[in-house]
Amino acid sequence: MKSRSIGLPAASALLACLLAAGAPASADGDTKAEIEALREELRQMRAEYESRIAELESRLDVAEQAAASTPAADANRPAAASGYAAAPPQSPQTVSVARDSSFNPAIGVTFQGQAWAYEQDPETWFIPGFPLGGEAGPAPEGLSLAETEITVSANVDDKFTAMLNMPVVVEDGEVVVELEEAWVETLALPGGTAIRGGRFFSNIGYLNSRHFHSWDFADQPLAYQVFLGNQYLDDGLQFRWLAPTDFYLELGAEALRGDRFPAGGAANSGLGSKTLFAKTGGDAGLSNSWQFGLAWLTADAVERESGGEDDPLLFSGTTDLYIADFVWKWAPNGNSKQRNFKFQAEYLWRSEDGSYTLPEGPAGPWVVDQSGWYAQAVYQPFPRWRFGARIEQLSGDTPGPEWIGTPLYPQGSDPRRYSLMADWSNSEFSRLRLQYNHDRATLEADNQLGLQYIFSIGAHGAHSF
Amino acid sequence: MKAIRFATVSILLVLPLAARAELSVFACEPEWSALAEVIGGDHVRAASATHAMQDPHYLEARPSLISKVRKADLVICTGAQLEIGWLPMLLTKANNPRVLPGKPGFLEASSLVRRLDVPDSVDRAQGDMHPQGNPHIQMNPHNFTHVARALGARMAELDPDNATAYTDGTAAFLERWQAAIAGWEERARPLRGKRVVCHHKSWVYLEDWLQLEEVATLEPVPGIPPTATHLSSLLTELGSDGGGADFIIRAPFQSAKPSEWLQERTGIPAIMVPLTVGGSDQADDLFSLFDDVLDRLLAVPAP
Repeated sequence: MKSRSIGLPAASALLACLLAAGAPASADGDTKAEIEALREELRQMRAEYESRIAELESRLDVAEQAAASTPAADANRPAAASGYAAAPPQSPQTVSVARDSSFNPAIGVTFQGQAWAYEQDPETWFIPGFPLGGEAGPAPEGLSLAETEITVSANVDDKFTAMLNMPVVVEDGEVVVELEEAWVETLALPGGTAIRGGRFFSNIGYLNSRHFHSWDFADQPLAYQVFLGNQYLDDGLQFRWLAPTDFYLELGAEALRGDRFPAGGAANSGLGSKTLFAKTGGDAGLSNSWQFGLAWLTADAVERESGGEDDPLLFSGTTDLYIADFVWKWAPNGNSKQRNFKFQAEYLWRSEDGSYTLPEGPAGPWVVDQSGWYAQAVYQPFPRWRFGARIEQLSGDTPGPEWIGTPLYPQGSDPRRYSLMADWSNSEFSRLRLQYNHDRATLEADNQLGLQYIFSIGAHGAHSF
Repeated sequence: MKAIRFATVSILLVLPLAARAELSVFACEPEWSALAEVIGGDHVRAASATHAMQDPHYLEARPSLISKVRKADLVICTGAQLEIGWLPMLLTKANNPRVLPGKPGFLEASSLVRRLDVPDSVDRAQGDMHPQGNPHIQMNPHNFTHVARALGARMAELDPDNATAYTDGTAAFLERWQAAIAGWEERARPLRGKRVVCHHKSWVYLEDWLQLEEVATLEPVPGIPPTATHLSSLLTELGSDGGGADFIIRAPFQSAKPSEWLQERTGIPAIMVPLTVGGSDQADDLFSLFDDVLDRLLAVPAP
């Protein structure tokens, strides 16, 4: 505290020296009167500074005395002179909640961008037999902006909480603001239950409800691209129940509008899609933990679009998707900051019964079962750096000969892809990633190299397991 | 549908085991579960989300923790955003309205003490900032006095049948604790004014209590792991004659490499000091924690 009162005289002395040094220069060829005027000015400044310093010092003394006489101010620290004294009780400070509500609502922005190089033209990329829907497909070639996510969340009151996630994307040169998540959720229902309503990512599978910035690879697995259009999100209601058991068991169900891939057309008067899901998990010792999930999505689709945007393939009928997911995480003593390993695998099986109509092509019944899986491992051997590998495959029934020559007819071997990635994170708010894909999903094998950045500012919600 | 029936049957089988006779306390850190057990005795079943070998800043919101919060009557955490990376997720997923912030079932320990290092402004360029001050409040035993009073009162409120037991438990603990503090402060006299290099700013409350002087941290900014550049600048700053500081301290879960690197080159002794209950073989309760902290600091030979 004393050092502060030394600072001001030092500063005023410095100022005085500077003025004194400047005086002879301006005095060149000038009268004594001017020198005298400068001296007088200097004296006045000195006097002014001295009085201000005195004032500050007296205020400091008062503050120091006040601090010494306030019991709470130095309660936990024994004074050097008087020895160790017992601490008097303190009045509690304002309770600051554990939620990230220092900004109310919590606002965060995630910046994401990428650069990709392909051997084949990504514009014509498609997987024969597995038409893409939703947001799926490769990132544009060259430098591009990925989605810029704006997230706003807060408790509504003591019984409800709300969350908004708006990615801003550039599509064909146009800036588009999307509404990815906009939901409210109950906080106070009894019996371990919760209900969410609005627009949200369905809780099926492991990856489906995760935002772009928390993926371990720059792109979704092929199975998610073809069966879920990258990620299934829709408008509706979600019910979750957490069992009061010693092990983790969550059961849930969703009723959704069915307007988006893999549903479509908001069938059944706007109740076109339903899901059921169950998740369980636990620890194995201090260093290992795991989670396993099963999910079922059933949807009635009316003229669901897939393939190209201009001339889409149209599917009407029932689509059922079953997902099994498993995640295993290892970190020595549970300290993931230093070293950690994560293994994750999912199996997706889709059964469709309906009919396809192709632009200027055949139309007819479509009863086909298809499946896909991926397995990936990410290892962080030391802080900041992570290395990962992913392997994946799609397979399915061969439809009737009437589909030969159309995008619905698989050609040759089962689609496969192999990926390697390395990323570097300076903190949990910044990440740079390099990814290589050897893509054998399309007609011609492709080698793809991508660079990606993910930066987030503002409030950033905790990630789930 | 078979799966659901199977699940329902399994739940019904497990339910009787899950029925509780005691107050279930979920603590974020071992010091608070230890405190709850000391105060509540047999009336309390306490579990801690983290253990002493774990950095409480970084934790996965694991399924096992979600199911513990689901059944908890009381959640006690340090707060001041120490658990910002995982506690909100646990509370969101656990669907337990009794333990949400603002309810009697949620207690934030750091709100009960005088917090140090409260920044005037926060900017992530300064590293992992805690806008509400340094959260590692457990290294000053006086802070337990304040937390114990609030915790005992909260347990009495939540479990009124055993209110007397909690009140008596708090009083008994505080009596022993005050006596212990007097002993520690007597022993700690030689440590006054010692200069400390820390791995992370985990020790400001200890430094404040024992009047130690923190001269540097191994992390360039809080939360960013020590870098080669920063360590060599510390080497220049502290000199190679061992006179720049009296010891380099780190918590059990922090890498020993940076502090040992600096010890080799500067001659300043690097020591591991438990940051909470269970952090060393000796520190198996709150009392032995501070015994052991002092043992380790006092064992460093004077230069």
